[in-house]
Amino acid sequence: MISIRNVSKHYGSFQVLADCSTEVAKGEVIVVCGPSGSGKSTLIKCVNGLEPFQQGEIWLNGISVGDPKTNLPRLRAHVGMVFQNFELFPHMSIIDNLTVAQVKVLGRNLDESTNKSLKLLDRVGLKTQAGKFPGQLSGGQQQRVAIARALCMDPICMLFDEPTSALDPEMINEVLDVMVELAREGMTMMVVTHEMGFARKVAHRVIFMDHGRIIEDAGKEDFFGTPRSERAQVFLSKILQH
Amino acid sequence: MYEFDWSSIPGALPFLWRGMCISLEITLTAIGVGILWGTLLALMRLSKLRVLGWFAAGYVNLFRSVPLVMVLLWFFLIVPQLLEKLLGLPPGSDARLSSAIVGFALFESAYYSEIIRAGIQSVPKGQASAAYALGMTYGQAMQLVILPQAFRNMVPLLLTQAIILFQDTSLVYVSALADFFGAAYKVGDRDGRLVELLLFAGAVYFVICYSASLLVKRFQKGTSA
Repeated sequence: MISIRNVSKHYGSFQVLADCSTEVAKGEVIVVCGPSGSGKSTLIKCVNGLEPFQQGEIWLNGISVGDPKTNLPRLRAHVGMVFQNFELFPHMSIIDNLTVAQVKVLGRNLDESTNKSLKLLDRVGLKTQAGKFPGQLSGGQQQRVAIARALCMDPICMLFDEPTSALDPEMINEVLDVMVELAREGMTMMVVTHEMGFARKVAHRVIFMDHGRIIEDAGKEDFFGTPRSERAQVFLSKILQH
Repeated sequence: MYEFDWSSIPGALPFLWRGMCISLEITLTAIGVGILWGTLLALMRLSKLRVLGWFAAGYVNLFRSVPLVMVLLWFFLIVPQLLEKLLGLPPGSDARLSSAIVGFALFESAYYSEIIRAGIQSVPKGQASAAYALGMTYGQAMQLVILPQAFRNMVPLLLTQAIILFQDTSLVYVSALADFFGAAYKVGDRDGRLVELLLFAGAVYFVICYSASLLVKRFQKGTSA
């Protein structure tokens, strides 16, 4: 489904990504973790072409993301993405946030889009909030709306960029619950997160990054049992201590 | 001691009113064109295509570095001849109003584009990313997501600029066009009552602009609450 081959990216002389390669099969859930500045967010943004990269290739469902001839908007329309800061459109109501791209990008008619939106809002438990504006919802609610907005596009895979990092602790679980359910339904997911509980529960593989490199790319059991690299061991011991 | 004599004002009111209409016409057209053309200039300035960026930067810097009076005079001298050629108007037809409007619109676009550029930059970058991630093109992201938020943020600045623009329309008197200020001047000159007429004109400008700025302030409070 997603194939990342020897991808490198630099800003001037600063190397953000160095020779990163990995594969994500259909239905797989991959958690990407690592210290801040390790390039994990950049990597996931390269997958749908939000960040350009200079070397290597990324293939998404048989389409090359880096190819200048690729119609990126059309490709992105079917790749869901959830951001750290939700990025709902503040000038639109919740229901409009969900329908706007269905109508303008996919060309669905308004009735069909509205039905789909309400169904997905119901699924994340927020059907009653459809008429409100993003500013009237809590962070956790906004992030659930953002997930529903991405799902409205019938994505072939979902990318999550630190979806719970900006949330108050008591709201993290409501978002993770939605993501766990999604994973169990067989959605292909690439998730940048520090939520190791989530990784243990549903991830198939865990990727550990540091200084723009993929240091470890291992099955969940291997990763949490005996990480091979010292760097990953230190990182894990730091975030799992408490 | 100077004796004030306001008696020539009541009879001149219809003439002054027609002048006010011209002032308002210039103001409104310049705002409309200024915002449209200013938005395009702002988008060019922010574009990744260097040539467009250079063009917009050059345009803005040129118009912001010359006095408005001079721009108005240039257009007063150039536009009538241009219109005669392009539209086949008989020579000597009165193009003072259209040349004033064109001059103002092009001049104000430079200022509007800077306001609009700042407005676009005030929208968090993540908003554009979210729009693109949903499959929107650049045009859709701008039209549906970025510009609506940008304009909402800059309404007070745009209105303030409109008030300045209204005051600046008095400069068209250089082309002997009877806008409100020009009309007041003509009446005063005719009746030898220049001081009274100019005081009166000043009072009218003050009342209009001051009440407009109070409205802007009220509006600002309303949106920030």
